[in-house]
Amino acid sequence: MAPPTSPRADVPLRRPGPAAPSTGDDAAGLGRGRAAAFIAPALVLVAVFLVFPALWTLYLGATDYRLTGIAASDPRFVGVDNYADVLTDEDFHRSLWLTLQFVVGSAVIGQTVLGFAIAWVLRDRSGPVRRLVEGLVLLAWILPSSVIAFLWIALLDRDGGTLNALLGTPGTAWLLDHPMACIIVFNVWRGTAFSMMLYGAALGNVPPSHLETARLAGASTFQTLRDAVFPRIRGHVLTSLLLISLWTFNDFTPFLITAGGPDGRSEIMSVYVYRAALGDGRLGFGAAISLVMILINLAIALLYLRALRARARRPEGAAA
Amino acid sequence: MNETVREVLRRIGLATFVSAVLGFFALPLLWLAFAPFDANPGISASLPEFTLDNFRVLMENPYALASLRNSVLLAAGTAAFVVTSAALAAYALSRGRVPGRDALLYVLLLLSSIITGTAAMVPVFLLAFNLNLIDSRLGVVLVLTGGLLPAAIFLLKDFTDATPTSYEEAARVFGASPLQILRHVVVPVIRPGLATVTVWTVAQVWGDFLMPFLLLRDPDKAPASVIMYTFYTEGGQPDLALISTFSLLYALPVVLMYLFVSRRYGFRFHGGIKR
Repeated sequence: MAPPTSPRADVPLRRPGPAAPSTGDDAAGLGRGRAAAFIAPALVLVAVFLVFPALWTLYLGATDYRLTGIAASDPRFVGVDNYADVLTDEDFHRSLWLTLQFVVGSAVIGQTVLGFAIAWVLRDRSGPVRRLVEGLVLLAWILPSSVIAFLWIALLDRDGGTLNALLGTPGTAWLLDHPMACIIVFNVWRGTAFSMMLYGAALGNVPPSHLETARLAGASTFQTLRDAVFPRIRGHVLTSLLLISLWTFNDFTPFLITAGGPDGRSEIMSVYVYRAALGDGRLGFGAAISLVMILINLAIALLYLRALRARARRPEGAAA
Repeated sequence: MNETVREVLRRIGLATFVSAVLGFFALPLLWLAFAPFDANPGISASLPEFTLDNFRVLMENPYALASLRNSVLLAAGTAAFVVTSAALAAYALSRGRVPGRDALLYVLLLLSSIITGTAAMVPVFLLAFNLNLIDSRLGVVLVLTGGLLPAAIFLLKDFTDATPTSYEEAARVFGASPLQILRHVVVPVIRPGLATVTVWTVAQVWGDFLMPFLLLRDPDKAPASVIMYTFYTEGGQPDLALISTFSLLYALPVVLMYLFVSRRYGFRFHGGIKR
């Protein structure tokens, strides 16, 4: 259960390529029995701590499991009640809507546009400015989330925050007045590095001659991007969008900044499930939300796999 | 003439954009750079009146250093589990005859991507509760291991696939057992892979907040990520001298690891080390 923004899904979700020539000829004389014994520890760990919880969610969501009280020791089977409750819960609807704003605003638009813009501007530069920009953007990405969260709380503080001092707006409580905007801008800041690096690498695949031709033809930047660049990086755009949507959807860091407040106005799904299950102690109800989240993850992951396959099918030149 | 004006405007526009980006990304980080050394650390970033006294405050806090030790324990424990079991599995998957191997890997990776800590926090919490693993470091280690293993196996299998089998065949001719071959022949060859997976695992666990926050109760066992959070959420006025120095100390290893990896394996390492 790694932190959700882990790019591990990037490497992993690729279907294992054609096997190396050595595969399968049993060079070390493992035999079936030993091979199974070697694989067993890993499989058991994954089965118990990854696969089982997911399957168990199906059952838990159908009980009235609670953190305390009678239902804690002897949960009753309540069928689809929890699912019905979740789907009609006002807080769930609000959380779904806020999550959509969070994912679309910070990942799909914010990180992608800013990451691409930085990669585009830096593409033919080198030297200290480039290293400084890349270094800062990366730093925002690699620092531990609880440190980053406090840095943003300090930045946005009502009384002594740097932002208020800078804008000359003392007393503006950004986190109370505009909680959603704060965590969206925060997440743009936090996650732009991935898009910057990805598009930086993708832009390296655009032949310089194409850009030169566009420039000589007097094309505007927009025309150049649309006609010479975009067709070459199209495959990357779709897959990276789905990937960062998946990470952003599973991001728990906003909890560290606003804890969903004030009054649930920034309670995105990851915070909502925490509050419902562990805060209010309604574990059965929380499990039902968990299942909804896993299904949303599954949908994004399957779209991602389809996009990857489509990219692999496209001829080399166009795939870029 | 018109061309020159356009060129100048373009350059001004670019410079403005780069400055804005620099400002946006540097602004929140300024506080972390200055406050730890400021004699009177405030909440806003300002040039410090230099002192190292804040680090004394850090040393005197009963939780600060202990929590860093806990973070090391969690990271080392998880890395030990992940690297050992992933190496065994990756080796068998790469060399042995395992039916349905590709499908197995594929499904595991898909599952590890969709069953995230956030989405599965309820069943994971209840699982730990029923296995008596609440408030146990081992519980956190095992849960994190389960989530990281599929990607680790995948990475290590890639490394193993790329190495020739001739050494193993030679060792086998001389009568080495599979475990001996693994230890004395394969491990040295795939060492860069093992190092990559270790660093990646440590980085993941070091920054992780949710699982220890969910599964540990006793503040004496809490890792730095959770202690950091309690420093500014619990009990009145936050102690800025403590928070700033602690942040710096806690963040430093991540930066060092990143520098190490990018120097060793090149800057383009996306998808490998995270965040």
